[in-house]
Amino acid sequence: MSKSYRDGLPISPENFVDQLMRLKRGSIGRRDFLGLTGLGIATAVMAREIGIMPTPAFAAENLGDRMSIATWPNYHDPATFENFKKDTGVAVEVNVFGSNEEMLAKLQAGASGWSLFVPTNYTISTYKKLAIIEPLEMAKLPNFDGSQEDPRFTSEGTIDGTTYAVPKNWGTTGFAVNTKKLTKPMTSWKEFWDTAMAEGDGRTMVHDYQLTTIGNALKYYGYSFNSLKQDELAKAEELLLKVKPHLFAVSSDYQPGMRAGDAWMTMCWTNDGAQLHRDIPEIAYVLGKEGGEIWTDFYAIPKDAPNKPAGYALLNYLMNPQIAVKEHLANGAPSTDARVNKLLPKEVLDNPILYPAADLLTPLEFGAAATLTDPGRAELMARFKSA
Amino acid sequence: MHGSRLRRNFLTALLLGPAAAWLVVFLVLPFIAIAVFSVGERAPEGGYQAALTLAQYANLPARATAFWNTMVLAPVGALACLLVAYPVAYYLALQAPQRWRLILLALVVIPFWTSLLMRTYAWMYILGGRGIPALLAFIGIEDIRLINTPGAVLLGIVYGYLPLMILPIYVSLERLDRRLLEASADLGATPISTFLGVTLKLSLPGVMTGFSLVMILLLGEYLIPTLLGGGKVFFIGNALVDLFLQSRNWPFGSAIAITLVLVSVVVLIAANRISTRVSGARRVDLI
Repeated sequence: MSKSYRDGLPISPENFVDQLMRLKRGSIGRRDFLGLTGLGIATAVMAREIGIMPTPAFAAENLGDRMSIATWPNYHDPATFENFKKDTGVAVEVNVFGSNEEMLAKLQAGASGWSLFVPTNYTISTYKKLAIIEPLEMAKLPNFDGSQEDPRFTSEGTIDGTTYAVPKNWGTTGFAVNTKKLTKPMTSWKEFWDTAMAEGDGRTMVHDYQLTTIGNALKYYGYSFNSLKQDELAKAEELLLKVKPHLFAVSSDYQPGMRAGDAWMTMCWTNDGAQLHRDIPEIAYVLGKEGGEIWTDFYAIPKDAPNKPAGYALLNYLMNPQIAVKEHLANGAPSTDARVNKLLPKEVLDNPILYPAADLLTPLEFGAAATLTDPGRAELMARFKSA
Repeated sequence: MHGSRLRRNFLTALLLGPAAAWLVVFLVLPFIAIAVFSVGERAPEGGYQAALTLAQYANLPARATAFWNTMVLAPVGALACLLVAYPVAYYLALQAPQRWRLILLALVVIPFWTSLLMRTYAWMYILGGRGIPALLAFIGIEDIRLINTPGAVLLGIVYGYLPLMILPIYVSLERLDRRLLEASADLGATPISTFLGVTLKLSLPGVMTGFSLVMILLLGEYLIPTLLGGGKVFFIGNALVDLFLQSRNWPFGSAIAITLVLVSVVVLIAANRISTRVSGARRVDLI
């Protein structure tokens, strides 16, 4: 009889990861996930037994009993919302989205029903222009401490001195390589694209997203990730059309292909890179030395939020470093908040995928609002995809 | 007299009401909205801005490749479906033992109870590196890639749409008068010429129904090529998804949608014409 610590566990680590992937793919709901893995019960018990959850400063305000948040897949510790409900009596309904454009379309149409959502940096100025987000009342967010935030990540949340959004976490867009299949070390976007047409022929993936796919093709020539110049975009298009027949797929759902070994190299966001490397150590995450994208996801409150008090309460709750640190451990993306970084374990802070060296971060650019909404780039992407 | 007719009219209206209301709310009104969008302009931040212009229609050539790919995929996919479906329907209708027939038909239909998205995702894993290629590697055939190939897309399409092709062909074969086959044999026809001259000809209405049904659905298909083809071939369905959810160019997307609807109608009418001409005019009834 073995005496492994795993004996008697309600679920094996392998099975847990399988269920987590099913949840991520949407094969099962969050409720099923919590049930199957036992996390739901664990959370409920923990929250009752240990009274560690801080009470919001304005608990006196009537928060109602439900609110809804729009966010990204696999982006939160499910326990966070369960604990918030225990503390405040407000049940949080989670809506998961695939792209900023879908979120924008829904908010623009009105009556989204969200009291909090998670936009990426380059969309905030557009939301402000369309007057569909609320200037934040900072007095209602005592847990947020601007002085502890790295201004590099927070600046786009504030427009003309008014804060419209506060940061959740940041990340980068690089590429993931299966180093067993592609043994030559790579450090640049030039090598990414050249390898895609040589050793990586038929095994390389690019995002189904114009911002990153065109942006990183522009980096091949050293142009800005956000370029809207006709001649530079023409060069990028030439490269993309040349690479197209060599690609394995044009898709932002690259984890299945990389995990199965069908794809050997893919454009990749930080959190996916960290997850792939954690499970399959030979998959490395590379930031192109020419630069590329750096991004911050923010929290913001829609103007037509049906339950603003609860939206503020949840936002303030999430800004508590003790809560935020669990969020970061769950989703794997790096934090903007110095107080949270102090609480993170050393192996997380030393992980070069999550916290790359400064010289690699310097050339990175934030995506711009104009880049995302530019019709010319949208048409270029359509020509690339139909080539 | 008068009262009963009134009552009958009222009853008809009552019975047709829900279906009519459903069609108006979910088909006619959205269609009108899309027609209005299609003569508008894209707002600077995306979405729709009122205008009266045919610019979106003039821009249709920008998606010519997508239209062309769709026009090739739809008939080729439907034909592949037909080639697989016909023998199955033939066996079910003419060869299978009576007591098995219902069970076999149920087996054809049951996969429909699961969403096409789930079933296509399952194929991603069957064809992916840990699926069939891993089995092949086990017996010594290394480095075979099946996923994201044209063959994978064709397989997904045939698998996904097979029941829609089998059922109409089965129905037309099942009604086939067996005495015609005997007559053909008695008159000295070989089995092959009996099949071509009698069975195939009389089942053509079913074939045409299945063919146009699958083809119309394939005109809007985007899921299977995206999941099993790696999104490398661009169809009209993909163009529409991108225009509405990514670049949010609703007017251009609407113009493409209207064009696609018109093309579908033309295909339906043509299929109907061919079907009546080939078989309907020569229908033989032996009482």
